[in-house]
Amino acid sequence: MPKTLAEKVYDAHVVRSAEGEPDLLYIDLHLVHEVTSPQAFDGLRAAGRTVRHPELTMATEDHNVPTLDILKPIADPVSRAQVEALRRNAAEFGIRLAPMGDRDQGIVHVIGPQLGLTQPGMTIVCGDSHTSTHGAFGALAFGIGTSEVEHVLATQTLPQYRPKQMAVTVDGELPEGVSAKDVILAVIAKIGTNGAAGHVIEYRGSAIEALSMEARMTICNMSIEAGARAGLIAPDQTTFDFLQGRPHAPQGADWDAAVEHWRSLRTDEGAVFDTEVVLDAAQLSPFVTWGTNPGQGLPLTERVPDPADFADENERRAAEQALAYMGLEPGTPLREIEVDTVFLGSCTNGRIEDLRVAADLLRGKKVDPGTRMLVVPGSVGVKLQAEAEGLDQVFVEAGAEWRGAGCSMCLGMNPDQLQPGERSASTSNRNFQGRQGKGGRTHLVSPSVAAATALTGRLTAPADLIGA
Amino acid sequence: MDAFTTHTGTAAPLRRSAVDTDQIIPAEYLKRITRTGFEDGLFVAWRTNEPDFVLNRPEYADASVLVAGPDFGTGSSREHAVWALLDGGFRVVISSRFADIFKNNSTKSGLLTVTLPQEQVEALWAAIEADPATPVTVDLQSKTVTYGATTVPFEVEDYIRWRLLEGLDDVGLTERHLADIEAYEARRPSWLPRALPVLGG
Repeated sequence: MPKTLAEKVYDAHVVRSAEGEPDLLYIDLHLVHEVTSPQAFDGLRAAGRTVRHPELTMATEDHNVPTLDILKPIADPVSRAQVEALRRNAAEFGIRLAPMGDRDQGIVHVIGPQLGLTQPGMTIVCGDSHTSTHGAFGALAFGIGTSEVEHVLATQTLPQYRPKQMAVTVDGELPEGVSAKDVILAVIAKIGTNGAAGHVIEYRGSAIEALSMEARMTICNMSIEAGARAGLIAPDQTTFDFLQGRPHAPQGADWDAAVEHWRSLRTDEGAVFDTEVVLDAAQLSPFVTWGTNPGQGLPLTERVPDPADFADENERRAAEQALAYMGLEPGTPLREIEVDTVFLGSCTNGRIEDLRVAADLLRGKKVDPGTRMLVVPGSVGVKLQAEAEGLDQVFVEAGAEWRGAGCSMCLGMNPDQLQPGERSASTSNRNFQGRQGKGGRTHLVSPSVAAATALTGRLTAPADLIGA
Repeated sequence: MDAFTTHTGTAAPLRRSAVDTDQIIPAEYLKRITRTGFEDGLFVAWRTNEPDFVLNRPEYADASVLVAGPDFGTGSSREHAVWALLDGGFRVVISSRFADIFKNNSTKSGLLTVTLPQEQVEALWAAIEADPATPVTVDLQSKTVTYGATTVPFEVEDYIRWRLLEGLDDVGLTERHLADIEAYEARRPSWLPRALPVLGG
């Protein structure tokens, strides 16, 4: 029977299958960070268990880490205690940890691919919903809770129910200035913030195939914002070229064997998807969210919607609540919304290509004097590469702040936060109420819209800058 | 994990859709390394900023069943959201649709998530708004929700139901299949990556 890519990867990892029970799935790589793991390690200790495969486990510090003074102890005692707990647990259980200051440290979803630990056809989990990022390599990668973290540590497996299959096909050529972030925001707006519940999404079509690995990671990263259990893209030459030569990629004869296997990781002709969504790349334009979930987005050329125009009562109420929180009036052109802060970074858009795109727009220009711009590389590796390319100088000369690596302003767990009422244009993944700090208001955008917005102080597409 | 068989309590109507786990418990509360004591963070922004928020109203202060709008628990995988609801006195959440990770996490800690059609949720909202003291019984044995003269059935996977009824943890169950795990490991390709030893540099 023809199978989808996700079904192939899933089936290849079934350890045990029994009628009326979830399948037991083998996990090839377990990524760990400080926030969702301490209670799992406590559980192991309480039960007298060990980590079954420390060598299939990799830990980093990312959510709590300050992006300034990174070589000093963390000032916040609660954050510091959490990071120290991870250090103790990693040492006790023999797990590799990339701590603050280490050359491999960074956001968990940036370092996996960077080290070559993320490879096609693998199952990858992490106590973090943006684990879907790794699906860009044709891996089945998904976020789990702390109880499941403990389960994977103890057994290297996870009980799972077979997901439904969704195809999101994007054919055609993306217009100039339209990026992967705009594609995924448009997808989420179309299917809704939980519209892909129960499904794994496979992104396919000529527009997807044309994307770089960084761009594919941006798309897969936000699969969870449509409610999907995972999102993936079939591996191809772009994938192999990205991986070859990375520290943990196969070498020599192993490389050839791996590539031969990876080439078979494609959805078979005639495989059936439970749900299909189609987008025309040529019709897409820079996208921005206006509300408080990632599904509440529109093209930047549009206006703030009127809740009265929503037919569904729940959607209408959600729009009313969102506009009240966001401090927006229906009918306001999105391009007239002024922002206080621009955040470029996160596991969605904190990779080298994202920084290059933004630097190209900022080069030789100045950030609007009323606007603060934070540029936060997703990892130490990205930071060093950007500095080697002189991008840090471009940002600093434009008046932006160049920071150390971490999750930063994506979520309110470290010192980088919005103040109550402040408004941001952010390349991160969530515009939930208070996500970037208590009372903060978030508009999700692409790196190029973020850079253009930093120059004008209001939501701006790169094309709007021409002649400005 | 505490077993769940049946629960009777009053219910609070949360008329909001797509309640994300950042609202259930904001990130700043996730810095703690304990598994309990998260009740102070439960819906803290809404409890602080909205005086008429449903859980601020005395008639719903003791509710142990939360009846929410569609798409409850979206966003972050934080299991702390489940812990905070349990710590805040809730044993059951009812919604027409849950986010997958939240629903999965709830089964690991003994919080029951019950999926009902939206019209049943609306009817339950009407009943508990008309009389906040209405007892609501959620029976996992018979897979029913009962309030007043109304009884509605709900679906739950037999395996998950069994685990909840028995209060069983997954790790112990999986360890019974160690031989299957070892057999699988013996056939994994040798070129699959390992994080140790550290390579490159």
